[in-house]
Amino acid sequence: MIFSVWIPLLVPFLAVPAARRLAEALPPRPAAWLLAAAATGLAACSTAALGLIALAGALRLPFFASLEDLTSPLDALPTWLAFPAAATAAGLVAASCVALIRTARRHLAELRAAHGRLTPGTGELAVLRDPTPDAYALPGRPGRIVVTTGMLRALGPAEREALFAHERAHLKSRHHLFLAAAELAAHCHPSLRSLRAPLAYALERAADEYAAGAVGDRKLAARAIGRAALATRAAEPSAARPRAVLAAAVGPVPRRVAALLDRRPAPRLPRSRGARLIAAVLLGCLCASAASAVEAAADLHGGIEIAQGEAQR
Amino acid sequence: MTVTGDAGHGDGRRPAGELEAGVLAALWAADAPLTPGEVQTELGGRLARTTVTTILSRLHDKGAVTRTRVGRGYAYTPTEDAPGLTARRMHTELAKEEDRSTVLARFVSQLSDEDEQLLRSLLEESGGDGQ
Repeated sequence: MIFSVWIPLLVPFLAVPAARRLAEALPPRPAAWLLAAAATGLAACSTAALGLIALAGALRLPFFASLEDLTSPLDALPTWLAFPAAATAAGLVAASCVALIRTARRHLAELRAAHGRLTPGTGELAVLRDPTPDAYALPGRPGRIVVTTGMLRALGPAEREALFAHERAHLKSRHHLFLAAAELAAHCHPSLRSLRAPLAYALERAADEYAAGAVGDRKLAARAIGRAALATRAAEPSAARPRAVLAAAVGPVPRRVAALLDRRPAPRLPRSRGARLIAAVLLGCLCASAASAVEAAADLHGGIEIAQGEAQR
Repeated sequence: MTVTGDAGHGDGRRPAGELEAGVLAALWAADAPLTPGEVQTELGGRLARTTVTTILSRLHDKGAVTRTRVGRGYAYTPTEDAPGLTARRMHTELAKEEDRSTVLARFVSQLSDEDEQLLRSLLEESGGDGQ
């Protein structure tokens, strides 16, 4: 317990960079699954570890000790550490629970409000009369593709089909659940926040690849994205444009277009030794995290039984 | 372009809902009411005239379009899904708190100056931005 309970809290700092590197080497769909699974798995383990620390501290308080019929003090954590660590852990768990519930409720309320503004039963496409080009998938039952007249006029008929196919891919593959999972995980451990951007990118790439397949023309799909982005930029006031913080950082849209224009289809499973090594590190991290959480729980359970006088030291 | 497997475009095997979106988008992209023939032309002749007519009457049944008599046929106008609602307002409603709503995946994110230049050169290289 003394050592193992801290491992799930520290592992994300190593696992998150590994997951990001590996996602870059994978095709978009496996990359999205990897990032979402890593985020939720690491979040679950670190939250479980915090819960164990809080429990170990709480059981030193006479009230909780009497609930569990402890006859001698629980020594899962050293005395000097138990109370401050438990108080901090309890605070963190409570804070992430509150943030988790608030985020989930806000997302659901937003989606319901957005659906409420649209006329139901008119098909998958919802068009807003607005000269600003914009398009997005609105998840729900049924999901809707929301698009402005400005966007429809900026694209030709074939490009519009690519756009619709892209948004259909988001709705069909329920990409919003991936984003929501990463968003919720980010509330559980600070280092998991940096998984959100690569996950969003992987999902856009997955939808781009689906769209390229649906229209049967990678160039056409690339052109649809490029023209939509340029039209959007032309329409927005220059004050609202993001400043490039890092001159070297290429934004997601040119990278998506370049990926579609590249002759080669998306790379198969990573074959390079580097990618395999990173995959091994990441897998090791996830296993270590889960195993440590389980071991810490078993230790705590054993400690409680000793303190209850049921087992011998 | 050969049509293969489930990824074909412009063929009759696509679900009706997908064809409806294309037809409805063509009506919205035009400024005036369109006849089935005009819709077919606007779509680049990728759908048969009878298909376009069928889709338009289905859209009419759903209330997604209104029609007016023109000669022996009809001209179709799209009906507003959310009258008066702009994308900007929808977005402010969807992202009340300072961190943007993450449930909505927008088709394209914003471009920086460098991105715009890079994107233009990519599209030029790929041959023909305009068509």
